[in-house]
Amino acid sequence: MNVWIAITVTAIGCYAVKLIGLLVPEGVLERPLVQRLAALLPVALLAALTAQQTFADGRLLILDARAAGLAAAAVALLLRAPFLLVVAVAVIVTAGVRAMTG
Amino acid sequence: MTSAGSGLSLAQTCVLSLLVFTGASQFALVGALAAGGNPFTAAAGAFFLGVRNAFYGLRLSQLLALPRAVRPFAAQWVIDETTVVALAQPTRRAARIGFTVTGLPLYVLWNLTTLLGALGAEAIGDTDAWGLDAAGPAVFLALLAPMLKTTRERAVAGIAIILGLALLPVLPAGVPVLVAAAAAPVVLWAEGRRKTDERRDGRRNDRQNDRQDGEQEAAR
Repeated sequence: MNVWIAITVTAIGCYAVKLIGLLVPEGVLERPLVQRLAALLPVALLAALTAQQTFADGRLLILDARAAGLAAAAVALLLRAPFLLVVAVAVIVTAGVRAMTG
Repeated sequence: MTSAGSGLSLAQTCVLSLLVFTGASQFALVGALAAGGNPFTAAAGAFFLGVRNAFYGLRLSQLLALPRAVRPFAAQWVIDETTVVALAQPTRRAARIGFTVTGLPLYVLWNLTTLLGALGAEAIGDTDAWGLDAAGPAVFLALLAPMLKTTRERAVAGIAIILGLALLPVLPAGVPVLVAAAAAPVVLWAEGRRKTDERRDGRRNDRQNDRQDGEQEAAR
């Protein structure tokens, strides 16, 4: 039962924040500051999420095979590799490093 | 997927995917429940991770200019991936198409793979051994890279990474990412100050005052 409560609360909360963003009045959005801020916020959020998913194990920071995978992905991006190839490179290098280091 | 291994039933796992549909929140909820957290703490962590979608919605709403009646339905698809694809489009029409063609297949596939994952979680075995845990951050990196056009974006990304990692051990799950979002107003505020210094003799017009007030508000 507890699990259902948690699922319900999360579902309502997550939907509400998505909707709020879309419903903010247009006038607010036309201000130049809001526009620049809205353009920069995804940059900050994506950067933080990328770093956390690469170096975090729960709430600990660790350096493991994922870092090698992401470094390889970064190189692939610099070489202008297509999206799927970038992701594939990260996965393969991570698996490879993990297999080698046991 | 992961959730089937942490004591959620097949139905619970699927409902979670259908209704929440924002991956990071789902994983956070499942992780907190598996660790024995109470349902409200678990939901709070998941909720904080979902708050970033409000910022995406803010950006998308001006870009897509959706009719009011459509917004409640579009809202469910406001996530990392749809936002990035829509933002990458040159015109409003292309952005709308991008939002839809990303949202629909993602929603269907995400929920299908959740079902399959929950059914076959045992069969796949250890997904980490295949390096699949690197796929998530690699997707984010690939989405982020085209956005880093100027020093401004790079500064924001750099500060956000430092904040996100440094605060991870000390704040509850989901909160560090939100704090990292503060990198955006901080960089804008610093830029505004530098410009003001450059023209110290020139009088500041209303718009600039306005802007700085807003920036300080946002920074708080």
